[in-house]
This record gives sequence, C-alpha cells and structure tokens, in this order.
Amino acid sequence: MTDVGWTPLRALTAARIGLARSGASLGTAPLLEFRMAHARARDAVHHDLGAVPELEALGLPVVTVRSQAADRRGYLLRPDLGRTLDATASPTLAAHSGAHDLSIVVADGLSALAVERHAAPVLAALLPALRAGGWVLTPLVVAHQARVALGDAVARALGARAVLVLIGERPGLSAPDSLGAYLTWAPVASTTDADRNCVSNIRPGGLGYQDAAWKLAFLLDRMRAIGGSGVLLKDDSERLTLPALSDPFD
Amino acid sequence: MYRATAGGERHCFPSLAALMAQATPLRSGDQLAGLAADSQARRVAAQYALADLPLAEFLNEAVVPYEADEVTRLIQDSHDAAAFQPVRHLTVGNFRDWLLSDAATTGALAALAPGLVPEMVAAASKLCRLQDLMVVASRVRVATRFRSTIGLPGRLSTRLQPNHPADDPRGIAASILDGLLLGSGDACIGVNPATDSPDRTHTLLSLLDDVRQTLAIPTQTCVLAHVTTTMELMRRDSPVDLVFQSIAGTEAANAGFGISLALLDEAHAMAEARHPGANVMYFETGQGSALSAGAHHGVDQQTLEARGYAVARRYRPLLVNTVVGFIGPEYLFDGKQITRAGLEDHFCGKLLGLPMGADVCYTNHAEADQDDADALLALLAAAGINFVMGVPGADDIMLGYQSTSFHDALAMRELLGRRPAPEFEAWLLEQGLLDHAGRVRPPGLPERLSQRFQALLAAA
Repeated sequence: MTDVGWTPLRALTAARIGLARSGASLGTAPLLEFRMAHARARDAVHHDLGAVPELEALGLPVVTVRSQAADRRGYLLRPDLGRTLDATASPTLAAHSGAHDLSIVVADGLSALAVERHAAPVLAALLPALRAGGWVLTPLVVAHQARVALGDAVARALGARAVLVLIGERPGLSAPDSLGAYLTWAPVASTTDADRNCVSNIRPGGLGYQDAAWKLAFLLDRMRAIGGSGVLLKDDSERLTLPALSDPFD
Repeated sequence: MYRATAGGERHCFPSLAALMAQATPLRSGDQLAGLAADSQARRVAAQYALADLPLAEFLNEAVVPYEADEVTRLIQDSHDAAAFQPVRHLTVGNFRDWLLSDAATTGALAALAPGLVPEMVAAASKLCRLQDLMVVASRVRVATRFRSTIGLPGRLSTRLQPNHPADDPRGIAASILDGLLLGSGDACIGVNPATDSPDRTHTLLSLLDDVRQTLAIPTQTCVLAHVTTTMELMRRDSPVDLVFQSIAGTEAANAGFGISLALLDEAHAMAEARHPGANVMYFETGQGSALSAGAHHGVDQQTLEARGYAVARRYRPLLVNTVVGFIGPEYLFDGKQITRAGLEDHFCGKLLGLPMGADVCYTNHAEADQDDADALLALLAAAGINFVMGVPGADDIMLGYQSTSFHDALAMRELLGRRPAPEFEAWLLEQGLLDHAGRVRPPGLPERLSQRFQALLAAA
C-alpha cells in the first residue's frame, strides 16, 4: 500500500477528489466546505440587483427597465416573463430610440452578484474599443429580473442593430459570480439561442476583464462584418474556443 | 369528455390528456405549460375520474395522435394483448390496488410489462403516494448484463461520472481513480464530454478503454456523445462499449434531440454487432424535456416521461436513468417536486420493464439542497433502484449541478445492506479495497493499482 498522493492529482482537476472520510461518509471539513459553496450560490441566486455606481461612471446614460417577472420566485418559475418587458419600459425606452449600432444590456439573470462585481470593469475595458470602432451606442440599459432574450426587446425598442447582454450566470459551487455575455445581431421576436454567441465565465478567477473585452470586441466586429451572429459566426470564431451556449437563460 | 362527481361538485375534463394533466400532483412544469389543475380540489377530482377510467381506454385513446407521432405508433403497435390479459378488465384505481396486492409478485410483474403502455403506468402513478411508488417498484427486478450484471437483488450499482470542463484526460483519470477506490463504476464509467466532436470523443473513449483494460475492471465505458457521433466512431472502430442517447416521449421532442426511431434502430444494430449477447444501450431521460423543446402536445410532463420509456425498452438497454432535477425549477421547483418525480420515474420505468437508475440531482437555482438529495437517494435505494451516479464530492464541475457522490452510494450500501455488482465486487476484493466486513475501505493505494495508474496518467 502507498499513499494515494492526492496533491499532484488535485492539480489536474477542480473536482472534489480525495475528500476526507469518516467511515464511508464525508468528513466534517469537506462537508462544511461544500455547504458553504452551495450557500454562496444560493445567496447569489436570491440577491437583488442593487445600485451599481460604477455603471453610471462609464460615460453612457443609464436607463433601468424591468421584466414582467415580479420577484425571484416569479422569475424562476416563469422564464417567459423574464424575457418580456413590463409595461413601464416602453415609454422609457421610446424616449431614447434612434439609429444605433449596439445596445448594451446589463441583466441580473441568476446572479446579480456577478453583475455588481464584473459588469462595470468589463465595460470599462470594452467601451474604448467600441468607440474606436465607430459603434453608435444606445444608453446603457440595466434590466431587473431579466433573461437573455429581454435584450432582444430592448434593442428593438431602442432601434439598435445588435445587442450585447451581460448577465449573471447560474451560480456554480466553484463561483457564485460568473458573468456571461451574449451577442445577437438584428434580434427579432423569433430569435433563438442558435442566433447568439456566448462568452461565459467572465470573472477574475475565470476569463479576466481584459481578455473578455478583447473577445467581445473581436466578435462584435466580426458580427458587423458578416451581418449575422450565432451559428453564422461560430466556425469563424473556433480559434477563440468559445464555449457552446449551455446555460438556460433563453 | 371525462366526468367525476367528487366532494359534492361535478367536474368535466375535455380530453384524456387534460384529465391526466389535472390529476398530476403539482409541479411547476405543468403550470408553465398551462396544464395543471387550478385548485387542489380539482386535482383530486381528476384523480377520482382517473381512478374510474378503464385501463383499456389507453389502448383506444392516444394522448398524442397516432398519425402524428411515431412514439404513439411504437406504443400501440408493440402492445402485447396477451400479456395485458390479467389486468385488462381493471380500472386505473383497481390497477393501483392490484399492483399493491400480494398477487403482484416479481414474476407476475415481469410477465405483465409487455402488456402495459406508458400511459397506464403513468395514470396509476398519479394515484399513488410515494410509499406506493416504492413498494410496487421494489417488487420489480430488471437485471441487465454486459461485463457486469446490474440490477440483481440486494445490489446497488453506480455510474462513475468523472467529468471535466475541458475534457482533460488526466483530470478525468484522477476522478476515475478516486471513484474506483471508493467502489464506484460497476454500472459503467461514463463521461459527459464538454465538446461533442468525434475526435474529442474518440480520445476519451480510448482513455476509458485503456483504464478499463489496464486495470482489468469488469465494467463498461461510455462517452455520452450524441448517437450520431458514436455511430461515426463505431464505423472508425473506436472502442465503443455502450451507445448513449438522451430520449423523450414524443417524436417532435426526439427530433429536437436530433434522433428518430430509425436512427436508434441503426445505432442499436451496430452496437449489438460489436457486442453480441450484451445489453448495449444507455439512455437518459427527464421530465420536462418535451415542453422544453416545445413538443408536448398538451400532455403533462410525467406522462410524456413515461412515454420516453417505451422508446427505451425497444432497445433492451443496459442502463436507463432519469436525470431528475437537472432541468431546473421551472419544471420541478423544489425538493418535494423533485422527490416525487424521481420516484414516479423509477416506478414507471420498472413497471415497463426497464433497468431504471436515477441521477438524483439539483441545480443551484432550484429550492433544494443535499438534504433533499439524501432523502430521494435513500427512498430510491430502498425501492430497489438499479444504479445511481457517482460524482466526486457530488459536485459536477463540467455540468454545473449537484449529483450524488461516491460516498453517498457507499452510505446507501451500508444503510440498506446493498452490494455492488458481483463481478465488480470480486474485483474490489482482489484489489484489496474491501475490509474484513466487505465494506469499501481503501487503506491507501494498493501497490499494483498504483503502478498501473501511474503508467496510465503518464500516457494520458
């Protein structure tokens, strides 16, 4: 018999291998570690998106909208409501409608924590590239109780040709604050996930702010060049090793 | 039109599908589809009406039209009228009573299975309490065989699920070692690939086959890629043991998965030719998949799930499991709904003759935690489930959800006196991983396992 030597093996995977046992059961230390990770994920899911002053400081006007989901329970039970703007959004957005290239929507999704922590830094890195690229932007839209497809309605109401939605991803045990970015060209009512591109796991411990901004700027430029997104863009961006659309935010 | 007078009120249900949906214990997916009963009393009234319905009605009236759906055609055309004979005169309520009676022995239930259609067992399940679902299912034995034998009395097997977010072979190998040391993997060692490409799948299949052969493990391996990917790899002679596919209960939902019965027929024939005499298919299912694909035809999600089992049984699979709780709270909102769904799926699958397992799981946006998973796992194990999942620390770092751990399976084996598949148990003993009482208690890494594993890691 030899010691298993878990330390080098743990370097090969983030999986919870070689956990301490008591009999066949989990030892107290790994038990509490797991429970804390789940607690943080649960807290993130139920955290309400608060004011984010850093978003105000980006130099874009900021407009706030809500979906038709009244609260978290409604949001979790009725994905369709999270994809639909509530009645007050229409006049709010109409006041800003015009000829725009891109609308950026910051949506709470399943982790408002991710949005509070990472949306402003990513945008701070991205906006200079967009300005240099001549993108005409709508006001920045902050959306509450929102799923990805709410961005389609926002873009249409604002007259934008494309939409970038930064949204809190479903929290995992490894990180409760991963931010996802979904890009859609010319969104219409019949747009589906296959029409979008996704950059996921944006956070300092995952895909960093600068890298994420670079990928997003690259994809936005490609999207504008070919006049499409989703599967149309997919093959072209393989070398970026973009993750597949896997999180259920539609 | 179906009617009941219950609680002093008259209730009408416009169709068999509406009756079934409104009789279904509450779950969010049926509410999302707009099919659920609008009050608890209405739900029970529907259960009264359902209890009075003759079982044979399900042979006359399809919940999804025969002309429009090949799953309905499969169900109706493959029905065994002779096997149905013992219960053909019963109503759904009488059928529940019969299932719980002493007449429903293991042998009687095995003989009955080809005579039952999914809608019959779904209907009966809607009248059952959890305890009934467990008592009945525990009488059914469905043993299947490849290199190991799964589903024998007194056994509880596991699928070792060593996923990695980048499909890294060494990371996967490390998780496999952890699982093997904790007695996991007798149902299969099965990886969900992060990327469904033929090359990636081939790499993983080769890794798993190498591990299995080098360590001489009496089990089978699987990379849970799309069936078309696996078919391509069988043509290239990759080391394919099991052919995996997610399936659902309507033709349209299966089309959403990119499959048809014809395609599954072809894959099944290819796999059987490679492994004559073995059960070679592995299917996963889950309530809500048809609604999620916009293909539910106004039928409740539990009935559709049972219809998926008709697809599965056509292929005499080695393994079938519901991934209950994976789909999210808009279909199964909380631990209570997930628990009931898991036991319904096991009951329906077993009665239809399937070697049912379960991925007892939940996501972080569902109202559930480890206590809920523990409860469902224990109920399923007590009800005689064939296999459950083994994931390091219950945390699947690729799929981002919580399943059951190696430790969880061991706890159930000890709590309920269950043992691994006999071939695998002999292997564990041979490797020195069992203590004097036959419990999995790895004292460290046995020397020869260590050497072989180091070589595998170096090669990966």
